[in-house]
Amino acid sequence: MPLLEVKNLTISFGGLRAVDDFHLSIKKGQLYGLIGPNGAGKTTVFNLLTGVYKPDEGIITLDDKDITGLKTIEINKAGIARTFQNIRLFKELSVLDNVKVGLHNHHPYSTFEGIFRLPNYYKVEKEMNERAMELLKVFDLHQEANYLAANLPYGKQRKLEIARALATEPKLLLLDEPAAGMNPNETGELMDTIRFVREKFDMTVLLIEHDMKLVSGICEALTVLNFGRILTQGKTADVLNDPQVITAYLGE
Amino acid sequence: MDKTNSKFKLSKTTKSNLITYLIVIIAYLTVQLLLAGGHMSSLMEGLLVPLCIYVILAVSLNLTVGILGELSLGHAGFMCVGAFSGAFFSKCTQGSMPDMLRFLLALIIGAVVAGVFGILIGIPVLRLKGDYLAIVTLAFGEIIKNLVNVLYIGRDSDGFHFSMKDSISLHLKEDGEVLVNGAQGITGTPHDSSFTIGVLLILLALFIILNLIHSRDGRAIMAIRDNRIAAESVGINITKYKLMAFSISAAIAGVGGVLYAHNLSTLTAQPKNFGYNMSIMILVYVVLGGIGNIRGSIIAAVLLTLLPELLRGLSDYRMLIYAVVLIAMMLLNWSPKAIEWKERFRETYFSGRKTGKSETAQVSQTGKGVK
Repeated sequence: MPLLEVKNLTISFGGLRAVDDFHLSIKKGQLYGLIGPNGAGKTTVFNLLTGVYKPDEGIITLDDKDITGLKTIEINKAGIARTFQNIRLFKELSVLDNVKVGLHNHHPYSTFEGIFRLPNYYKVEKEMNERAMELLKVFDLHQEANYLAANLPYGKQRKLEIARALATEPKLLLLDEPAAGMNPNETGELMDTIRFVREKFDMTVLLIEHDMKLVSGICEALTVLNFGRILTQGKTADVLNDPQVITAYLGE
Repeated sequence: MDKTNSKFKLSKTTKSNLITYLIVIIAYLTVQLLLAGGHMSSLMEGLLVPLCIYVILAVSLNLTVGILGELSLGHAGFMCVGAFSGAFFSKCTQGSMPDMLRFLLALIIGAVVAGVFGILIGIPVLRLKGDYLAIVTLAFGEIIKNLVNVLYIGRDSDGFHFSMKDSISLHLKEDGEVLVNGAQGITGTPHDSSFTIGVLLILLALFIILNLIHSRDGRAIMAIRDNRIAAESVGINITKYKLMAFSISAAIAGVGGVLYAHNLSTLTAQPKNFGYNMSIMILVYVVLGGIGNIRGSIIAAVLLTLLPELLRGLSDYRMLIYAVVLIAMMLLNWSPKAIEWKERFRETYFSGRKTGKSETAQVSQTGKGVK
């Protein structure tokens, strides 16, 4: 029984079929890669999976539940969290608060309790602080907890985005080009972090990436997109040796 | 045990909030001392309640502009709604209950009605962004003011009568009384407002807004401001929190309106008091004090209200000087060079007291952070 099952997913913008007859099946605990040349429709697939766009056709099932056409916040509640290609942090909030926003739906108290500082406020805030610090420690960000997110160095901003996504307690984590703009050292560190996240949180990960070292290093299976269509799909080693894929990336 | 412990540690934000309350209380005591010693001109004395009103409005608008991050130019409209609903209630119930209780109820009614208007107007308006939202709130503010100007309400032994035409079409019996008389507004509102009540309301407004900001809901609101798409992706209900911030802001502006109405014997809706001039003046306080900086709003509102009075001696040049001072203050406070200079000043003179790096990282003012 796969965790994520996508069938016949299609969306057009005007006359352009950005994603055409896309299908995907990810098992629980898998590290799955989505690759392809620029403009192939990878981020569009992410946007379809997270409800930013509604598909024209197709069915998306997460953990046996149909989530096709749901709103972004409902999909997040159903168990998909994501990061973004161009980092989207809450820049004027502290690093700690960024994670606490991720914890929002799991640690509730009412507005009234918040304004009048009733005992429940202190109790839940304490829980949130502890949980957020735990998550920050995993990503080695706990020393910067009180910094503004905007003041973090680039690599740490990427990590904070992953921490925030994990705070929503997802079943499936989508990472959109997590290694973009990183040097080889940082990429190596990121690979360790992703592996660690999978072990520690028992997480299933779907990631978009251009860095072949990262893809071949951590992904167990791949789907290659080209012009909105699936070029090939399968185990990482097989896919990367497919002449079709090499042509798509390097040209004839 | 746990609670007292966390209270004793006093986080940075708690400390900053306490300082804000303290500033208001010290200012209040200073004024009381001046009044007791007879050192205050009657003109200045007359300015005390308006001062409280402007502070309340500035603080409440900062919730929309600084915390929610949406530019609203219709804030005077919500003040107008609060003023008229509160004054209408006071006029209806005059003599039937103790003054303080009636005023308290008037304040609550003003807040609730303005808050409801905030929700009603917020639902369509908050679908827009930036400049478009600003223009539409401006239009709604003007609509409210103009509707109030053609509203006639009377009361006789049969009950209430409404009209949008004139007072004659109310068809009141002989024992009837016109309560709201169109452009002539409401006359004979009891004079319940005082400086003390005004300051108490400022403290209440601060309490609500500062506690809201530093709670789960406030974080969600600021997350939407900083990045709507990311907020949505972590499961924040955008519409709910936008409406929450907008309506709480409107409700507190309504309280300011009730205070305003009960400081005058005649309440009319004119461009001067409830038009967009007023909305923009409040926005000036917010921008000058620092968008998102609640304490700054208070200081800016007080300074800019007192300034024209302090410059009274210059007669005709008064407003010219006011404008020049406004420009100078804006440049001194918010030009990048001035901010840089201030930071260097802080580092040179206060660096011994606190640790260097993390402090400056947080203090670096981009104008949006919550202090």
